[in-house]
Amino acid sequence: MSDFKINFRESANANIVDLKGYLDAHTAPELENALQKLVNNKQYNIVVNCKNLSYISSAGLGVFMAYIEEVRKNKGDIKLTNMSPKIFNVFDILGFPLLYEIYNTELEALQKFTNH
Amino acid sequence: MSKSTKNISKPLKLKIYSKTESLVEVRNFVSEEALNFGFDEETVNKIVLAVDEACTNIIEHAYKYVPDKIIEIEVRLNSEKFEVKLTDYGISFDPRVVKTPNIKSSIMKYRKGGLGMYLMKSLVDKVEYNMNQNRRNTVRIIKYKN
Repeated sequence: MSDFKINFRESANANIVDLKGYLDAHTAPELENALQKLVNNKQYNIVVNCKNLSYISSAGLGVFMAYIEEVRKNKGDIKLTNMSPKIFNVFDILGFPLLYEIYNTELEALQKFTNH
Repeated sequence: MSKSTKNISKPLKLKIYSKTESLVEVRNFVSEEALNFGFDEETVNKIVLAVDEACTNIIEHAYKYVPDKIIEIEVRLNSEKFEVKLTDYGISFDPRVVKTPNIKSSIMKYRKGGLGMYLMKSLVDKVEYNMNQNRRNTVRIIKYKN
């Protein structure tokens, strides 16, 4: 069994999505559904906390690519936080730091939304 | 079998169905053998991810998500290298026609195509494709000991 869980939290000005476990081609549709749900509800300020994410493949990264444009068109953003070095390395190889805001802590990401 | 008695020249094989839920089994198999081979955790993680990407590509492109096809995974070792050979019997492709993505431009244009292959090449020492007309395709993922 693939072990992957998504949890939603709300802060004053953003939705926080906690990822836990293994994000691969099998579990990526779950993340897709989660982001689609937020977008359907016009929730465009999204913080994805990767603190408990153990693994990611390009299928997982592809989900962020699928939604970032729509989210930014609506003046929101997907900001990523709390990545372990293992997870960051995958994002880094694929050039994500060029386009995505990646923060060490959730607080930093939330503050960026406040400042906008 | 204890790790110390494992015969290093013995081929280690796993056969899976072409469905994404098999990926966890593939990762566990490759991870265990790469650890037994003596790689550090960081290197093991890289090999595991490269094999996951290769398997995902087979499921998606060679078998078009038809879930009852076979993928064979074989770990072959010698004192110098760790090799994972994946075999499928689906649609062949010419890896030369998959352009190496310009990562910066791909990411700026939200293009997902080719990212898995790019990742594989970045993670291990060698990725070799052998696509043939008899519908037997192989991908070999190689990591040298040093």
